Parts: sequence; structure tokens; C-alpha cells
Amino acid sequence: MNEQQTLEALKDIRSMMDRSSRFISLSGWSGVAAGGCALVGAWFAHAIIYQGTNVPTSLRNTYESVPDSGNSTLDMFAGYSQLLLTALLTLAAALLLAFIFTWIRSRKKGIPLWGPTSRRLAFALGVPMAVGGIYMLRLMQAGAFGLIAPGCLLFYGLGLISASRYTLGEIKWLGYGQVLTGLANLFFTGYGLYFWAFGFGILHIVYGFIMWWKHERIPENA
Amino acid sequence: MAIPLNISNLNKVFDSRIRLGIMSALLVNDTVSYNDLKDLLQVTDGNLASHLKGLEENGFIKVQKGFVGRKTNTTYSVTKAGERAFKQHLDALEQMIRGTQQS
Repeated sequence: MNEQQTLEALKDIRSMMDRSSRFISLSGWSGVAAGGCALVGAWFAHAIIYQGTNVPTSLRNTYESVPDSGNSTLDMFAGYSQLLLTALLTLAAALLLAFIFTWIRSRKKGIPLWGPTSRRLAFALGVPMAVGGIYMLRLMQAGAFGLIAPGCLLFYGLGLISASRYTLGEIKWLGYGQVLTGLANLFFTGYGLYFWAFGFGILHIVYGFIMWWKHERIPENA
Repeated sequence: MAIPLNISNLNKVFDSRIRLGIMSALLVNDTVSYNDLKDLLQVTDGNLASHLKGLEENGFIKVQKGFVGRKTNTTYSVTKAGERAFKQHLDALEQMIRGTQQS
């Protein structure tokens, strides 16, 4: 065995360890697309929240008069159903687009989209997000609306950190970014939409672009 | 510039790329199914089966046969002996590279 063969063998070992334990088809475009959806969603939400600020039941006014009092409920607000609909549509659009770009990439690489690695990735991210979702619903029922945006950011960030073992490791930096944004938001409740737009929108786009630059810009043959 | 060292530490069993691949995948996963190994390594059934058999006969991997519904589902995992042998093999590879860099 000469040096070249030895290096080849080590490269093989490394690549097999990665490919068998990590889902590496996650596309940077998925991040950019999800971030774009988040910004569009936040823009609509902003319009809904600030519509008719002269109406006493406008979300903004109601929130300012009874912030997280515990006895306000969501249906006191004008436009609450539009707001929930916007949130659901944003989530659905972001997931769909993220899925499409990753599907395209996994087909290019010839790696099945649904395999043992993507299953573990979905589980590692899905559990914290599902738990977080239930927790947000309870927060909404309790009237603690100011804590919902930071909660989304915190649970999602923790989910990403836990998922980073099963995909390209850089995603943990996105996770830490979301967690920090969420923590900061905890101390500025009432501005949740801006923190939310920064975390889910800007951070996703920046992360997606960096991942594309690092891993996809040059067509790979692996 | 001859490299006299440690050839003896390289394990003949791990000479083939496919066996290296199998061991690498098994070291970072608790169990890997036959079909997943086939996908990962992109090899034919006969080829994969014979290498798996070779590793099994050396006591480096264990086989668990089971069923998912009606289909057979064979999974593999690495044994303690296999882990030790593979790590020695890696150490030997590392030393070979160190050796060539120093000379």
C-alpha cells in the first residue's frame, strides 16, 4: 500500500461514516426558500396586526392594554383567525418549498430522500417542534401571547441543534442563532414579530446562502 | 524512502473497499440493514453477501435476521472484536501516512 492508496482508504472510510449516519442532501435553497416564506408571512401578519389601529379591538391596541394578563383570549382580537391562517399557510409553504429543493438535490446525488438518515433527522427535529407546538397552544389559551414568538424560536433552535448530529453539522449554528434570538425576544415581548422575522426569515436566508456557497455552488460528483 | 513499518498491523480482512465501507457504516450506526448497506455501497447482491460472510466468519460483525411484515429484514452490527480490529487498522493507516510524511 502506498500513500495514495492509504489516503484513498481513509477518504472512503470517512465518506461512508458520513453517508451512513448523516442526511447530507439538505439543500441550502431549502433554507433560503423557508426564510423567504417567513418574511412574506411576517409582512402579512404585520398588516393584520396593525390594521385599523383606531379600532379598540385591534390586535396591537388590545395587546398594549392587556399584555399577557392571563385573562385575555385570542378571540378578543380583531383579525385573530386571519393571523392563525397566515401562520399555518406560512408553515405549509415553507415546508413544501424546503421539501422540494431537498428532493431535487437528493435525486441529483442518487440518495433516497426517505432513508434511515432522513428518518433520524426528521425525528430529532420533529420531537422538539411538536412539543413546542403543543406548548404554544397552551400559551395561547393562557393569554401569554408575548411569549409565543420567543417560544417558537427557542423550540425550533433546540430542534435544529439536536438535528445537527444527523445532517450537515453547520445547521447547529442556525440553531444557536434561533435560540439567541428567542432568548433576546424573551426580554422584549411585544416585538415578537420582528424577532420572529429576523430568526425565521433573515437567519434562514443567510444560513441557506452560506450552505449553498459551501456545498452546492461547485457541482459535486460525490 | 522505503516504508518498512507496520504493514503487519494492517488487517488483511479489511483489504477490500467494500469491507472497509461495511465496517465504517457499522461503526457509526448501531445496526444497518442489508438493503441500506446495498444502497450505500452500490454493489451487487452476490458481492455484498460474500463480503458480509467474510466479515462474519472473522467474528467482526453479527447478523440478526428478522421480518418486517412478510419481508425478511437482515440487519448487521459490529462486534467488540470487529471494533478493536478496525481501530487497529485505522491506527496502522494513520502511522503509514505519518511515516511517509516524515521521510
